[in-house]
Amino acid sequence: MNIEEIKKKLSEEIDAADRTEKIEAARVNFLGKKGHITSALAGLKNVSGEEKRTLGQAVNALKREAEALFLEKLAALRELEERALIDAAPVYDLSIPSGEKSGSLHPITLVSRECEAIFSSMGFTVEEYSEITDDYNCFEALNIPKDHPARDMQDTYYLENGQLLKTHTSAAQNTIMRKYGKNLDAGLPIRAIFPGRCFRNEATDACHENTFFQMEGVMIDRDISISNLIYFMKTMLSEVFERDVKVRLRPGFFPFVEPGFELDISCAICGGEGCPSCKNSGWLELCPCGMIHPNVLTAGGIDPEKYTGFAFGLGLTRLAMMKFGIKDIRDFNSGKLANLTQFVH
Amino acid sequence: MLVSMNWINDFVDLSGEDLPALIKRFTLATAEVEDIVYKGKDIQGVVVAKILTCEAHPNSKKLHLLTVDKGDEVVNVICGAPNARAGITVALATAGGEVCGKSIGKAMLAGYESCGMCCSEAELGLSSENAGIIELDDNLAAGTSIKDVFPIDDVIFEVDNKSLTNRPDLWGHYGIAREFAALTGKPLTVVPTLNAVDYANLPAVSLASTDEMLYRYVAVKAENINVNVSPAYIKIRLFYCGLRPINLLADLTNYVMLELGQPMHAFDGRKADRIEIKRFETPFEFKTLDGQTRAIDNSNLMIVADGEPSAIAGVMGGLDSEIADDTTSLLLESACFDAASTRRTSVKLGLRTDASARYEKSLDPENTMVAAGRFMKLLLEICPDTKITSSFTDLYLKHFDIPVITFDKPYIDRYTGINIPAETIVKTLTSLGFGVKQAGDTFTVTVPSWRATKDVSIKADLVEEVTRIYGYDNFPIITARSPLYPVKPTVSKTDENTAKDILSRRFGLHEVHSYIWYDKKKNKDLKLNLAPNLKVINAQTADHDTLRADMLPSLLYFVSENKGSDFGIYEVGHTVNGVKDGKAVEEKKLGLVLYSRETDEEFLLFRARDIIAAFTEATRGTPPEFKNILPQEQYCHPKNTSEIFVNGIGCGYITVISPAVKNAIDKKAAIVGFNLNLTEFAKIPGVDMSYNETSAYPGIDFDLTIPTPQGVRFADVSKAWQEDSPEHLKSVNLIDIFGDEDKNITVRMSFSSPERTLSMDEVNLHINTITSRLAKMGINIRK
Repeated sequence: MNIEEIKKKLSEEIDAADRTEKIEAARVNFLGKKGHITSALAGLKNVSGEEKRTLGQAVNALKREAEALFLEKLAALRELEERALIDAAPVYDLSIPSGEKSGSLHPITLVSRECEAIFSSMGFTVEEYSEITDDYNCFEALNIPKDHPARDMQDTYYLENGQLLKTHTSAAQNTIMRKYGKNLDAGLPIRAIFPGRCFRNEATDACHENTFFQMEGVMIDRDISISNLIYFMKTMLSEVFERDVKVRLRPGFFPFVEPGFELDISCAICGGEGCPSCKNSGWLELCPCGMIHPNVLTAGGIDPEKYTGFAFGLGLTRLAMMKFGIKDIRDFNSGKLANLTQFVH
Repeated sequence: MLVSMNWINDFVDLSGEDLPALIKRFTLATAEVEDIVYKGKDIQGVVVAKILTCEAHPNSKKLHLLTVDKGDEVVNVICGAPNARAGITVALATAGGEVCGKSIGKAMLAGYESCGMCCSEAELGLSSENAGIIELDDNLAAGTSIKDVFPIDDVIFEVDNKSLTNRPDLWGHYGIAREFAALTGKPLTVVPTLNAVDYANLPAVSLASTDEMLYRYVAVKAENINVNVSPAYIKIRLFYCGLRPINLLADLTNYVMLELGQPMHAFDGRKADRIEIKRFETPFEFKTLDGQTRAIDNSNLMIVADGEPSAIAGVMGGLDSEIADDTTSLLLESACFDAASTRRTSVKLGLRTDASARYEKSLDPENTMVAAGRFMKLLLEICPDTKITSSFTDLYLKHFDIPVITFDKPYIDRYTGINIPAETIVKTLTSLGFGVKQAGDTFTVTVPSWRATKDVSIKADLVEEVTRIYGYDNFPIITARSPLYPVKPTVSKTDENTAKDILSRRFGLHEVHSYIWYDKKKNKDLKLNLAPNLKVINAQTADHDTLRADMLPSLLYFVSENKGSDFGIYEVGHTVNGVKDGKAVEEKKLGLVLYSRETDEEFLLFRARDIIAAFTEATRGTPPEFKNILPQEQYCHPKNTSEIFVNGIGCGYITVISPAVKNAIDKKAAIVGFNLNLTEFAKIPGVDMSYNETSAYPGIDFDLTIPTPQGVRFADVSKAWQEDSPEHLKSVNLIDIFGDEDKNITVRMSFSSPERTLSMDEVNLHINTITSRLAKMGINIRK
């Protein structure tokens, strides 16, 4: 084939190619090892002189032209094919409901995790203890005298073996002090929280449950003060409620703290102006707390002349009710999935 | 407890103080105030008036037409009270005034005009008496404001009794007045009393007791008591503070109780001459003031008058000893009984009274004599003809120690984190009645008797006294200066958190909480036969008296209550596995139940298996192993229950719920569950993670289909390549399972070498090794 014939055929084949596979085949046909142009270049060796130079220039020019044409045509065909794929594609409706269902965590888990994260970030250990304890840990070690009403059968579930179901998370205080107390003299403070389930022997209604969660917190070191207690409570509650919570302390009597306090927080609903939720006081009673009673420190093997500490007993169940607006405390242990499956995050 | 500010003012002059603000400070410094009521605010324009004429209303049987002189004019008033009559002096709410929140105007009543309303005591808020209109002293001038006649205006606030449990001194107005004196810095006046010494020469009352439940008993007799109605101010104060006025003697016992916190009992002098305070060995029945019959035994201290049981000490008097309207002689009891035993008696009899509520707080025995003197002082003022006929006879068996506490200022500073000046400390403690001696930084404090019965005994108690009056609102909010050190969650806690995240986040399950006890009624409904376990001795109902040994029963209750659409629930909770060495064996467990009508039990069981595997892989880096067992629990399937092993250690079971229980819950559904002992699991070490560089050389995959006859476990088959594993075998993955009973399991074996490209011949050698091992197990691979 002479150069003109090759040119003509090249033009025809490029025009005829309507798919990328065809243009690729055509390229091989001209520029492959045995292609027309490659052959023409190889044929130059049989030519000589001036003719070789001019013919050589012409074939090389044709080769460059052919390469460009193939690339151009290939790009055009690719675009066409991609366009065709897009045109043929369906539009997916992502609004169709999913068959996959979200799981849920119990509201107590959500609130407890939040408190644990806050206190962990401030250096508190998260403790774990049993639900069954004994008279010593639940009362005796906490300076609760023999005739205290809390020890009555009306308040405490007693077991056949003489043990009891713990009535408050403070029942872990003695164990916590014994576990970490030896570190105090080495300069390491005790900082611990203990979220746990508590039991009180009482009839249930929308506001009362015999099974509920608390979170105990203790911090013991040299010179731990009432000012520190207010700081930690305010910081933790501000984090939980995601606002600057105002707190106030009132005297409150609990045998295991002295001074003992009731901690109130500013009412979130009215902002402290007074509303039915806070009985027009602007404050909501949230958690008992105080400076750990010297007798309790002594029972825990800690010298009250050297160390002071604060303790609090945050009602996790109550906190969850406030945070999520749960009105009936019985919902927590109801196993009603219609309610519980709402707590997805 | 209800507190009258007028009454408080008897002991501390609060004129000029902002009362609402002061009451708020009381909440922050002393005890919680739950409510404030402004008495008399809604009583306006009520004056003394005289009924001049009274005629029957022509159109009504009940109504009267009155002409009334209200001082500045005579007006027509229509009145329905049965005691309305000419000549009496009444309280008239004039037109333009206000009574009980209603404004009074001129109105037409059954055709006649009425220019006001004659008021009853109830309408004036003075008592609950509403049978007729109030009849006033005829000496009062018409037109006098009723508020000049009666102390109607008052501020009454209610203190939460719970916040007074440790403060016996605050169960009377005088103690509360002391708090206000400390808060305002104003002086507290001494309670006016008769001085017992002045009557010491009179004959003593016969008193006998050796009972250790008695601290002190003061008795005094009086005769010729010829007034039996209390003055208005006493009746109003009692009524405002929640008590019903009865007669003078009963009212005075209540009045002194509300004033000084000391319960008193007035015996009819005709029936009480000699008093014994004792317990009876033989049980008997006793009728109390409220008409109820009470069973008395040797735990109840009794007051015996003239040989007859006459009152339950510290709780309630007997029906027969009650002061009658014709009583003119009195034996007054002012006593102090042991707190704990009074409380036990009150709890046992189910009888809580104003007296027992106070006694159980540990009253101050020093106060009993003060109260007796106060009672007699008031009685003589109100009824001057009264004749005191005995000495203030005093049987003082037990004293409280008066603590003397020494502390230094750094002790207080350490607790507060701030610098409360020494003079503030002295002033505060002094105003609360403590004796304070200061020497440099050291304070020596004598506790007053009314705080010494249990409330204040150590230094920390004094910190509270100083700080609460200083005001917690005045404390700065400061973080602690303690050093930080790393804290790490426990394995058990991390396991729990990981489990919850995997189950809820990855497998779409729902976390629930159930009770620590079984519900026997539900057990019966669901055909759950559960072994006996440790019991609660005082459960609310016998249905809830047995502690759970396993998580699945409570989860199955929830399944039966939520059935319908498919779901899975789980709980991380505690169970009790009997008692060992006297202590309950408590374990933390993860219980899970999957329920489905859409899929079958095989699918569910494998799903549960995958959940366990996801958890053990995530926490220990190793898959679980399962060993088929014959279960002990009746709700577990006899054939499809397996023990769960992690790193060779048993830590739970997985099961299909047995047909009996499953059908009782839902015949159409499949239910499976597992119970993982997290206490045991926490002890299992994890597999160390090691990183292997992937080979740079291509590997070879070889699919092998293994015919697995029924009854042969894959775990056994896989020994062919797991034990003495071929050098280049990197992984084995499940590709397919087909066949019904005899299953064909296709696995893909991936071979590679870190040094070179493997040849097919090498791989074939490995495959031959595996297939010949399989052949020894009786499994022949079809080539």
